[in-house]
Amino acid sequence: MEKYSLYSLVRNSFTQHRDWSPAWITHDLKKNYDVIIIGGGGHGLATAYYLAKIHGVANITVLERGWLGGGNVARNTVTIRSNYLRQESIPFFIKSVEMYEGLSKELNFNLMHSRRSMIDIIQTYPKLREIKRKMYVMDIFGATYKPISVSEIRRRIPTLAGGGNDSRLPIIAGMVHPEGAVNRHDAVAWGYARAASSLGVEIHQNTKVNSLLRNDDGTIRGVSTVKGDVLADRVAVAVSGHTTQLTDTVGLRLPLRSFNLSAFVSEPVKPMIDVVVNCPDLGVYLSQTAKGELVIGGAPDPGQSFRRGTNQLVFERTVGAMLELFPSFKKLKLLRQWGGTVDIAPDASPIISETEIPGLYITAGWWGGYKAIPAGGLTFANLIATNTPHQLTKSFTLDRFETLDYILEPGTTTRV
Amino acid sequence: MLIIDCPFCGPRDEREFEYCGPYRERRPDNMDNLSESDFIDYLLVPENPEGVGQEFWWHKRGCGEWLLVVRDTRTHQILSTVEADAE
Ligand SMILES: Cc1cc2nc3c(=O)[nH]c(=O)nc-3n(C[C@H](O)[C@H](O)[C@H](O)COP(=O)(O)OP(=O)(O)OC[C@H]3O[C@@H](n4cnc5c(N)ncnc54)[C@H](O)[C@@H]3O)c2cc1C
Ligand SMILES: [Zn+2]
Repeated sequence: MEKYSLYSLVRNSFTQHRDWSPAWITHDLKKNYDVIIIGGGGHGLATAYYLAKIHGVANITVLERGWLGGGNVARNTVTIRSNYLRQESIPFFIKSVEMYEGLSKELNFNLMHSRRSMIDIIQTYPKLREIKRKMYVMDIFGATYKPISVSEIRRRIPTLAGGGNDSRLPIIAGMVHPEGAVNRHDAVAWGYARAASSLGVEIHQNTKVNSLLRNDDGTIRGVSTVKGDVLADRVAVAVSGHTTQLTDTVGLRLPLRSFNLSAFVSEPVKPMIDVVVNCPDLGVYLSQTAKGELVIGGAPDPGQSFRRGTNQLVFERTVGAMLELFPSFKKLKLLRQWGGTVDIAPDASPIISETEIPGLYITAGWWGGYKAIPAGGLTFANLIATNTPHQLTKSFTLDRFETLDYILEPGTTTRV
Repeated sequence: MLIIDCPFCGPRDEREFEYCGPYRERRPDNMDNLSESDFIDYLLVPENPEGVGQEFWWHKRGCGEWLLVVRDTRTHQILSTVEADAE
């Protein structure tokens, strides 16, 4: 792997940047691997990287239907945070946020990681109670979540001119989560892909898996792809949003539903917001990118969906809510919008688990799973390599549903 | 935005409706004959089709009826809308 540095940048500028080596190597698809990972998104690539790096598994392939960075890893709004409610969730997300902070260095790839602080704007008393509870639980585990006054909110976010005493929902309180961060999403996919490739992981794009294959004794045999069958004793599903499409092919029944989540991006403007602003009562959140665009997210489309589009009603509600708090933004033009398919379990917590089919592992239910990519990859790799759950994700297994032991997680901000 | 053709009110836009989850059968009457795992399966495992699926919508700001909508999750195109209890 060619090391990226100031030196390599200068050296390559002498040849007009024509001689950079490819970031990852292309291979011919083999017939057998030790581990097949389905899905070349953040979770699949991170899992491959940690399997090779920590567990020394050499013969790994990642099979991706489309192109690297075409899924949710590059469709999300990059909010990285650990303000969750459950004792099962908080240590996991703290770990993931910490891993992100050192990841540019580890991967030798500039993720443009930027710790921003996230500010929650509270406009109803039920939300205030929920958020106070979160504060007390988070305190036990060492994540920071502190109240701030309304005047302090307005000082830190000068464009927040709405939500006054005469408005429909006046701002009554706020919370700061200093660990809140944003970074560059494609870089996370590319960085992990490049690092995994240099450890010998084979990445195959345009290789859709049509179905899973089982041996006569019920164990996993491999996968059937558009390029033929590929066999392995261990198969890991990391296809975010499309999990049941694959597990249905071997009759595995999972408690997951898929929805469309969308994002809207404005024209770039000068720096005006340096925190991530989240308004849970109105259902909108936003941050400003290094390029100056506002990245705005809202609620999912009502009804299950695989469309990856935007719904006019969701758009109106999201933008309407934003304008209630930021009236001056009505002058901004929105340049781009898109959707992504994410799946969710009934308790809104993730699933990182073995299955009833020996050798088949899944990572799914990632509603806000961008922040979870480093720790998700680390713990999923541990499960695949050792067949035992990692300490941080031992509660996120499928058997919790057999006993209805939900890990109800309101920190996964959604109402579906 | 969806336009849902309510059999009672005619075509109305999505704003008037509330999505009420994927279709599932009525809760089984005879719980004694049902194993615990089948009941949990009934409770937890929804339809999740990439394609045509059935779901409940409530005409909340209209006639108040529950409707069964057949919709393609890939395109959001609605194929039929009937009263939920009609079958
Ligand atoms: C609009 C939006 C905003 C979001 N905002 C945030 C946020 O602010 N913070 C946060 O933490 N999370 C957020 N998320 C969620 C986050 O993006 C996802 O939880 C996370 O990216 C999912 O993991 P992934 O990166 O592995 O998914 P993906 O990148 O989607 O990877 C899955 C891959 O599997 C591939 N695949 C699917 N089926 C097959 C098949 N049959 N064969 C081969 N390959 C297949 C897909 O092409 C895809 O590349 C957001 C999501 C969306 C859509
Ligand atoms: Zn009606």
